[in-house]
Amino acid sequence: MIEAVREAHDVAMEADERVVVFGEDVGYFGGVFRCTAGLQAKYGSSRCFDAPINEAGIVGSAIGMAAYGLKPVIEIQFADYVYPAFDQIVSEAARLRHRSNGDFTCPIVIRMPTGGGIFGGQTHSQSPEGLFTHVSGLKVAMPSNPRDAKGLLLAAIADPDPVIFLEPKRLYNGPFDGHHDKPLVSWKDHPLGDVPDGDEVVSLGKAAIRREGSDVTVLAYGTMVYVAQAAAEESGVDAEVIDLRTLIPLDLDAITGSVRKTGRCVIVHEATRTSGFGAELMSLVQESCFYHLEAPMIRVTGWDTPYPHAQEWEYFPGPTRVAEALKKVMED
Amino acid sequence: MSNDVRPLSLNVPEPGCRPGDTPDFSDFEIPRAGAVGRPPIDVDPDEIRDMAFSIVRVLNKEGEAVGEWAGALSVDELHEGLRHMLILRAFDARMLTAQRQGKTSFYMQHLGEEAVSCAFSRAMQPGDMNFPTYRQAGLLIARDYPMVTMMNQIFSNAEDPLHGRQLPIMYSSKEHGFFSISGNLGTQFVQSVGWAMASAISGDTRIAAGWIGDGSTAESDFHAAMVFASTYKAPVVLNIVNNQWAISTFQGIARGGVGTFAARGHGFGIASVRVDGNDYLAVHAVAKWACERARRGHGPTLIEHVTYRAGGHSTSDDPSAYRSRREAAAWPLGDPIERLKQHLITIGAWSDERHAQAEAEVMDEVITAQKTAEAVGTLASGKQPSPRDMFEGVYETMPPHLIRQRQEAGF
Repeated sequence: MIEAVREAHDVAMEADERVVVFGEDVGYFGGVFRCTAGLQAKYGSSRCFDAPINEAGIVGSAIGMAAYGLKPVIEIQFADYVYPAFDQIVSEAARLRHRSNGDFTCPIVIRMPTGGGIFGGQTHSQSPEGLFTHVSGLKVAMPSNPRDAKGLLLAAIADPDPVIFLEPKRLYNGPFDGHHDKPLVSWKDHPLGDVPDGDEVVSLGKAAIRREGSDVTVLAYGTMVYVAQAAAEESGVDAEVIDLRTLIPLDLDAITGSVRKTGRCVIVHEATRTSGFGAELMSLVQESCFYHLEAPMIRVTGWDTPYPHAQEWEYFPGPTRVAEALKKVMED
Repeated sequence: MSNDVRPLSLNVPEPGCRPGDTPDFSDFEIPRAGAVGRPPIDVDPDEIRDMAFSIVRVLNKEGEAVGEWAGALSVDELHEGLRHMLILRAFDARMLTAQRQGKTSFYMQHLGEEAVSCAFSRAMQPGDMNFPTYRQAGLLIARDYPMVTMMNQIFSNAEDPLHGRQLPIMYSSKEHGFFSISGNLGTQFVQSVGWAMASAISGDTRIAAGWIGDGSTAESDFHAAMVFASTYKAPVVLNIVNNQWAISTFQGIARGGVGTFAARGHGFGIASVRVDGNDYLAVHAVAKWACERARRGHGPTLIEHVTYRAGGHSTSDDPSAYRSRREAAAWPLGDPIERLKQHLITIGAWSDERHAQAEAEVMDEVITAQKTAEAVGTLASGKQPSPRDMFEGVYETMPPHLIRQRQEAGF
């Protein structure tokens, strides 16, 4: 998936010289996760460069560049580090088009590795998507595989509005179903690890069905897509797993179409539960599918605690917890 | 622990003068006009460190323009500059009253600070971009942005170019080099650096100007802007308008007990200059120097405009609650309009009669514009923007959830 992200940058920079890439360690070194490796050598240091460790400065200067007419694609080294830039994202990038009535716009992409499963503790594991979906004017995407990572990132760069692009870091090197004690699996042998050359985009706002099923709909994104699929196999419940891919805009038609078919819904995310995006999904399903529901919906999420270090796998909503939810929703 | 250690106490700076006190600016060191020399535009910032502790001044007490910074403007240009400041003052007076009459919710005036934005504007070129705060409307007036359009925005009426979405005076005009005002403090300072970096990345020759108040220099965004401007040698002019007061908080709370705001630039290796913000000629001369420096690739400049906020912070503020009513009159750098007027009279290019006539003409112009704007509507009456409009422009293309909400709202 790292290579897919890198390729998307490469394709976009090749096609449009307004695309500039910067962030902490992204220039000469190519990023701590290597997602921008080789770009400075290929496009020069005025189009791919290192930034001071100042997230407000990175986002704030990117907003100014976008107002000028460039298309900045910036990296926040970990999603956990984005908070100093919150004012710039929430009060500035998100609202610039609206408050200036289109006089100025802000086509920037803010990439950030997100989620846990790497023993990153509370400062390298968070999933802050719900903080961004709460803000009008932002789009929020989270790919679950290399093919989507490239296609969604190309769509995000082409988008005329600011996009928060969350990359599940546990998926960088292979799909991960939550069985942390099993050998690592590489993207090499996964069908979605096969990334097409060129500039094929995956449109923002289109969910994908990763596993068809008739018993229950599972709404998931990022790493949880694989956890949900594993839980379906292990529980024997014929779950339909929907990978949302983008949270804003949200593919509500795909969600309602599936829930009306199965009559049951389990929502899975790694982020903390209270006021998490799962609460929004649950409300939307309730509002649009209430009379099709045969059982109360269930959320399986990270606990409302800081992301712990030693207790990582007790925190992480793994396949056992999801399988239990699948069985319970079938019993209700 | 030894017995000679005493309990610590917190230092909270206090201004020299509170309500009821006699204003005293005797500690405020003001160099005589012409005392500070004009270095070449490619000067090494290290060689002009003293400029961050002095004040560039051109107009002396007699109204003469003196020293190396004088002589940059023709008499016609000075007449025009005076006119811009008179317009801004008359505009403010009318809009303050309009707010009191309930025609809008809020207003912020420039009283005493007119020279800063009016004179600076003249140093910028078409295509350059300002990232202003809420107290630089002179940037628009000096670029002949229509007053009626400004008032339409203030009244949030149907002709408001921002469709009623923004607080009054939060203008936006790319065409006039005026970036959309946020209202959140300090955020635009680093954005101006980003805009300037983009110009450099693109091989352009345009420059940016950032604006911030004395109080907001305490924001982290100020530091971010300085780091980025310094690192990338961005073609930007970074302006601190030190009007002494951040609502009720005197400038010593943001600045600390020592130094100047301009001196903040030294740690970043940025050329840093203080200027008499109530001296139209000095502001223009320093702005021109800094803009030229940026445009020719010599890097950023930090300018501290030393001025005084003679009015309230906004229509929601009553300064008599925290500072002496006599402080504005005691401010030692005087009034920018009076000083330019005196200069023009001194050089034989103006008179009290012509000034009175100009004031009357300007007020007529402002009133005419106000009538035109009010004929469209105000926040209280007349034609207003459609409620439907709040749903537009959140994104370029309205996403499904907003379409559903707009339908739910019935628009």
